[in-house]
Amino acid sequence: MSIATPTQNPQSYLAAQERWRPVEIVFWLAALLPFVLFPDYLTLASQIAITGLFALSLDLILGYAGIVSLGHAAFFGIGAYTAGVLTKYGWGEPITGLLISAAVAALAGYLSSLVIARFRHLALIMITLGLGLLLHEIANSAHWLTGGSDGLQGMQVWPLLGMFKFDLYGYTAYTYSLIVLLIVFVMARRLIHSPFGLALRGIRENWTRMPAIGANRQAHIRKIYTIAAAMAGVAGALLAQTVGTVSLEAISFGRSADVLVMLVLGGAGRLYGGIVGAMIFMIARDQFSGIAPQYWYFWIGLLLIAVVMLLPNGVLGGLSALINRWRSRS
Amino acid sequence: MSSIALATRGLVKNFGSLTVARDIEITLPTGVRYALIGPNGAGKTTLINLMTGMLPPDGGQIMLGGEDVTVLKPEERVRRGLARTFQINTLFPGLNALEAVTLAVCERRQIAGTFWSRLSSERDAIEEAYDILKRLRLGDSCYQPTRELPYGRQRLLEIALALASRPKVLLLDEPAAGVPLEESGDIFEAVAELSGDITVLFIEHDMQVVFRFASHIIVMVGGAIFAQGSPQEIAADPRVREVYLGKRHHG
Repeated sequence: MSIATPTQNPQSYLAAQERWRPVEIVFWLAALLPFVLFPDYLTLASQIAITGLFALSLDLILGYAGIVSLGHAAFFGIGAYTAGVLTKYGWGEPITGLLISAAVAALAGYLSSLVIARFRHLALIMITLGLGLLLHEIANSAHWLTGGSDGLQGMQVWPLLGMFKFDLYGYTAYTYSLIVLLIVFVMARRLIHSPFGLALRGIRENWTRMPAIGANRQAHIRKIYTIAAAMAGVAGALLAQTVGTVSLEAISFGRSADVLVMLVLGGAGRLYGGIVGAMIFMIARDQFSGIAPQYWYFWIGLLLIAVVMLLPNGVLGGLSALINRWRSRS
Repeated sequence: MSSIALATRGLVKNFGSLTVARDIEITLPTGVRYALIGPNGAGKTTLINLMTGMLPPDGGQIMLGGEDVTVLKPEERVRRGLARTFQINTLFPGLNALEAVTLAVCERRQIAGTFWSRLSSERDAIEEAYDILKRLRLGDSCYQPTRELPYGRQRLLEIALALASRPKVLLLDEPAAGVPLEESGDIFEAVAELSGDITVLFIEHDMQVVFRFASHIIVMVGGAIFAQGSPQEIAADPRVREVYLGKRHHG
């Protein structure tokens, strides 16, 4: 051991950033707890996993690349309807259904990215909002395909891998959702720690500088928008397959707004921000709606204001600040 | 070997009725160190914005190494070897210096769109970035977030980011702006140490620095080139003395 502190090698510094932390392993093991501790809540747990996946997809564009969207439910809805329509018209196999839904949502994401990559700020918020409303009304009016406001009826989802039926207690649903969430999460984690992930943070940190270092911002944005849309499509397809129906709510403005709230609650620009936000939001909704079903958004509003005022980087940002302070003291 | 690195021909830009660039004719031979001086509002930064494509000109041409780049986007000019720095820090506050320069190197190597490989596996890019940082004496503070770096180091990082694109022509917009006089020497020493293949045009207000580091001076006044020549010629030019050198310099 040398006396002088050796200067850290830059490559091992970056490798250390990418390494899985023990708390992450604990987090994923804890995700198995509902099977044992809350077997009555597996349906809720499954919806949290699905919503967490949806929030993770928004995090890639909003949290990492800094591109605001108020219409992200468009891709969730496209995924949900694709999966739903597939099962209704004869193809009920869930995993291929998931992949086809991802592809359709990715195509929609790519097409909208051609417009979205050209705008920023308020114009971008309005365009994504408009796009979301547009698709919602298309789904509403295409009653013959989507069932409109009655919801998509008559879905026949085949057993998972030909073996596991989607049961009433949500056992298969949660297992399936959790595995898909984990797989997509690992892929997103890899993306964030890739050269492209660094470029996304570059776009967020300084929009003006990027072209001055030779970056094609629009190409980067088109790429991440397509990827995020595919992920949102997977989440939508999961919901359709596990619930067995698709309502207009899947593609509504409310869902776009909710997922934004979750991400801000949990902490945008953090890999676990969306999942933690979804947990807080969905559990709070479950609990509060037991007290006063029609007023539960009152509490969400209060929670949102409190978090933004006290913890500008979300719950996870607050936690990590707390841990850092504790570490520097000891 | 082409001897002209960068040239403008009849470059014109108006903001409404205000002409900020009037028939600008500049020729930068390869490898020179030229200074661009002039009072505030003379159009120096505007000229850099025009050359780099951040502003579209209303007329005229920009030639980079014999190629007409007038209609190319900023990033396309960067990839052809035209880099710049900014008078007001235009950095990545939340990234550290290593990440920022590695990003710029990845963009030049066209691997910044790669999302399936780990950043840490891009050894060559990381080493190249670290070498640039060490050359600018930023090696020991390269893990600190940019927003926490002392101001003088942020000015050096401006240059490091530009160097990561391996420029043939480097346009420095007041590289020592806001840096205390005793530290500004360090920044210009770093500029002086750059490879002789790199053509440099820098904007600077401090005449001592200009006379020390520039082989040729271009004076702009009111959006037009007022005079140009060797430091001796400029110093001796009575018209220049009248409009610029005679007055007190401003920061």
